[in-house]
Amino acid sequence: MTFAAATELATATNEHLANISNTLIYSAMAVYTLAFFAYIAEWLFGSRSKVGRTAAALTAEAATAKAKGPAVTVKSKGGTAVLERPEVIVRSSAGSRDVPDGPGAHGGDEQGDLYGRIAVSLTVLAFLVELCGVLARAASVQRAPWGNMYEFNITFSTVAVGVYVVLLALKKNVRWLGLFLTTTVLLDLGLAVTVLYTASDQLVPALHSYWLYIHVSTAIFCGAVLYVGAISTLLYLFKDSYENKLAGGGKPGAFASSVLERLPASASLDKFAYRINAAVFPLWTFTIIAGAIWAESAWGRYWGWDPKETWAFITWVAYACYLHARSTAGWKGRKAAYIALIAFGCWLFNYYGVNIFVGGKHSYAGV
Amino acid sequence: MSKTTTGTPADETPVTGTPDGETPVTGPPDGGIPEDDLGAAGSQLSTAPSETAVPGSFGGNRAPGAAGWLAWTGREVLGWARWFWRQLTSMRVALLLLFLLSLGAVPGSLIPQTNTNAMKVDAFRQAHKTLAPLYDKLGLFHVYSSVWFSAIYILLFVSLIGCIVPRTWQFTGQLRSRPPGAPKRLTRLPAYATWRTGAAPEEVREAALRVLKDRRFRAHTEGDAVAAEKGYLREAGNLAFHIALIVMLVAFAWGQLYKTEGNKLVVEGDGFSNTLTQYDDFKSGSLFNDDNLVPFSFNLDKFTATYERNGPNKGTARTFQAAVDYSVGADGKERRTTIKVNEPLEIGDAKVYLVSHGYAPTVTVRDGKGDVVLHQAVPMLPIDSNETSQGAIKVLDGYRDARGKSEQLGFSAFFVPTFAGAGKGTMFSQFPALDFPVLAVSGYHGDLGVDAGVPQNVYQLDTKDNPNLKQFKDAKGEIVKQRLLPGETMTLPNGAGSITFDKDIKEWAGFQIVQQPGTDWALAGALAAIAGLAGSLFIQRRRVWVRAVAGADGVTVVEVAGLGRSESAKLPEEIGDIAALVHDKAPAQTDADPDREPDDETYASAEGAEKK
Ligand code: HEM
Repeated sequence: MTFAAATELATATNEHLANISNTLIYSAMAVYTLAFFAYIAEWLFGSRSKVGRTAAALTAEAATAKAKGPAVTVKSKGGTAVLERPEVIVRSSAGSRDVPDGPGAHGGDEQGDLYGRIAVSLTVLAFLVELCGVLARAASVQRAPWGNMYEFNITFSTVAVGVYVVLLALKKNVRWLGLFLTTTVLLDLGLAVTVLYTASDQLVPALHSYWLYIHVSTAIFCGAVLYVGAISTLLYLFKDSYENKLAGGGKPGAFASSVLERLPASASLDKFAYRINAAVFPLWTFTIIAGAIWAESAWGRYWGWDPKETWAFITWVAYACYLHARSTAGWKGRKAAYIALIAFGCWLFNYYGVNIFVGGKHSYAGV
Repeated sequence: MSKTTTGTPADETPVTGTPDGETPVTGPPDGGIPEDDLGAAGSQLSTAPSETAVPGSFGGNRAPGAAGWLAWTGREVLGWARWFWRQLTSMRVALLLLFLLSLGAVPGSLIPQTNTNAMKVDAFRQAHKTLAPLYDKLGLFHVYSSVWFSAIYILLFVSLIGCIVPRTWQFTGQLRSRPPGAPKRLTRLPAYATWRTGAAPEEVREAALRVLKDRRFRAHTEGDAVAAEKGYLREAGNLAFHIALIVMLVAFAWGQLYKTEGNKLVVEGDGFSNTLTQYDDFKSGSLFNDDNLVPFSFNLDKFTATYERNGPNKGTARTFQAAVDYSVGADGKERRTTIKVNEPLEIGDAKVYLVSHGYAPTVTVRDGKGDVVLHQAVPMLPIDSNETSQGAIKVLDGYRDARGKSEQLGFSAFFVPTFAGAGKGTMFSQFPALDFPVLAVSGYHGDLGVDAGVPQNVYQLDTKDNPNLKQFKDAKGEIVKQRLLPGETMTLPNGAGSITFDKDIKEWAGFQIVQQPGTDWALAGALAAIAGLAGSLFIQRRRVWVRAVAGADGVTVVEVAGLGRSESAKLPEEIGDIAALVHDKAPAQTDADPDREPDDETYASAEGAEKK
């Protein structure tokens, strides 16, 4: 076989793979859409049951707060056959309301729960299909699928859903995230296949470095995790004002009640968001350092205040701000949550805004 | 530790009221309990600074007379200085400064910066005549070295040092002292377990001590209870992280002061040795001196580039590499290596990066008698991504015209590696590789103006403002210019000589040689920062107490309770495990609590829990 023929053949297989990848991505979008409707069904059926737990807890608390103090939970560990373990009494911290977590989107409704399970199954399926799409894309370009914004977008949403699926597998109470996640994943993919689509291609020499793999993969992972944290922070703010309103004797609207009742308590949402953000912060720090090392070998300087670098730095400082705020009294709760949202806003701007409006050395990220 | 603090664990601990319906203890507004309630038990679970209110005036009473005034002023100044210092090192101000730092970094990413793109700055200056001077005043064209940005981060780091020093002190103090004794009422702690046992109190305490020590708690018995603490690595990690930030900053500052950075264009076959005079351009930090340059030299043997031939990205570079022979020191052994875009050559503190490349067509210039006056590969500067290049060929001495008059020659040259073809209407290159090289030249003679002392760009002919330079014209008065293929010669009019585009087309590579000490420190600092951060965020610091006292009926009452820095699901689990282990050694008296139900998980009211 001549050299030219060999290249042609390789090009053909690559194009073939790229087409397969595109088909898979479209299929994943279709399945996500189904999942989206299933989640909607879950929420709709769930709205039939009037749970009102938060309201009950808060009104009961308001009535007896002075006399009672915070509630106490008794948790017991299943004892061994021989000896029973002593029970542990858990007391929630002072200042926090004792609001039980909502039952989830299905609101205890059986049919709702069924749709919820279907939605989760569909999400997992869509995730697998999308994952294959990303892998096919990687195979077609024979490198990691992070060379341009289209690839970045499809990988990003895959990882975000992956994080959700893993949390579900670990039996964490995160099913309520489903609707919010699939909605945005659909938007993200829609943007990817329409505006951002780039035919598959190889990288320019500056991108050939194993630091690319380390830096970009952790960047995508951090972004996906921080995104989950941001959703939770946003919902915390809604739920918290809802609880505040109830505690103050106000009467929230029917729709707000119906939705927010079923979410976890604001304290749980806040804690979940904090754990997520705190857990990923060291990795984000590492991402920036890995980026600096890569920049050093590619461009001869660790840090050059390139717009992308600058915004990564801004994001990092903003999250450091959030972590500080959490440990400074008077800044906990809502104020810290605002900082967390600003910080994620910085991340988003770094991801889209810098590529679209600013440019700079990271221009290979070409829109 | 001061009373009524914010930012300490106290406000994360429970209780506004007590389970048995006692009147709630009044605490700080956010519902924390005053530390008196837990005594020392809850204090110093972290070394985060507390925020205390400080009075407005420090001088106190002023005694009459000058001496009194002096003393009063002294007290006042000192008081305000301390106040300022305390503010600066508070968490609140750290928060503010961090916020300002990220805010301050924003304009630099949106406004063009001199040190990254000076040309864009000039364009901006042209376009915004009123805004530009204002930006200049505010240092917005060099944000990251502007006074105000420096002020923010210097204040932040002063604050950081002012924060770390006392915290480190406090922490070493905590490491040397023992965990504080049990608070009076263990029932108030966030996780609590109790049972009655036949074992003697001392036995229980001994068993508890062993259990806790096995789980690597620092534990000791104090009075009727065992006190234990674990997770000091959290604090250590946090301190390490903040110290590492300082190390990184100092390393960067050090590197900036001693940094050197220079560029050198080398044609294949030529070489470079690392001395100041050899650089095309050179920048250095303010503390640099010539002796700091690492002694080495290298020769560029061959430069290789390959390009994408197909597809939408046709023409995009796929590889760039420079094969070099280098030697370290005055006369070190010669070694071979390849320098690639991502793989600089490292020699000591110095790194040699491959940053640019281009073509250097070889030309031969002959005088009227046919003697060679120049035979050289002349580097051309690319002006587009297909390597359309421009340059100047200069013959400074040795040339005599047809009449034997000594003159200088100059040619402005335009080189394309892949010519579109005659009649295609474009002189721009179609592809970056050498597929169809063409050199277009036109010649000048006279005085190039090089000796006038005005620095000249070697890649350009200064033809505009130079009346002493005349363009070669033919008999009809038309400009003599020609497109040459390799091997072709253009003859100059009136026997003035000729110029030949030789077949040997070389490539050149641009190298950036950077020397920056302190990077190892910066890297070490960065790694320490990550490790410290992980410790600080993933490790829980918590205290556990196990109290065993003989009740009135002679039966021993065991209580296990724990307190953490923050509310965590892990703490009750851990208390459960510890209680279970102690319970193994001191089992509950079976008749003590007949109606206990082990397997239900209930939300119970406080009263309910008590009854159980
Ligand atoms: C250079 C800027 C700074 C950065 C990037 C930074 C970053 C961080 C981060 C990410 C944390 C979270 C780790 C944790 O929660 O354990 C933290 C905690 C902390 N920082 Fe900073 N910090 C900076 C400056 C300061 C300053 C100036 C102070 C003192 C005024 C300070 C005091 C603290 C304290 C006390 C904690 C621990 C809070 C706790 O125990 O929960 N930091 N810092």
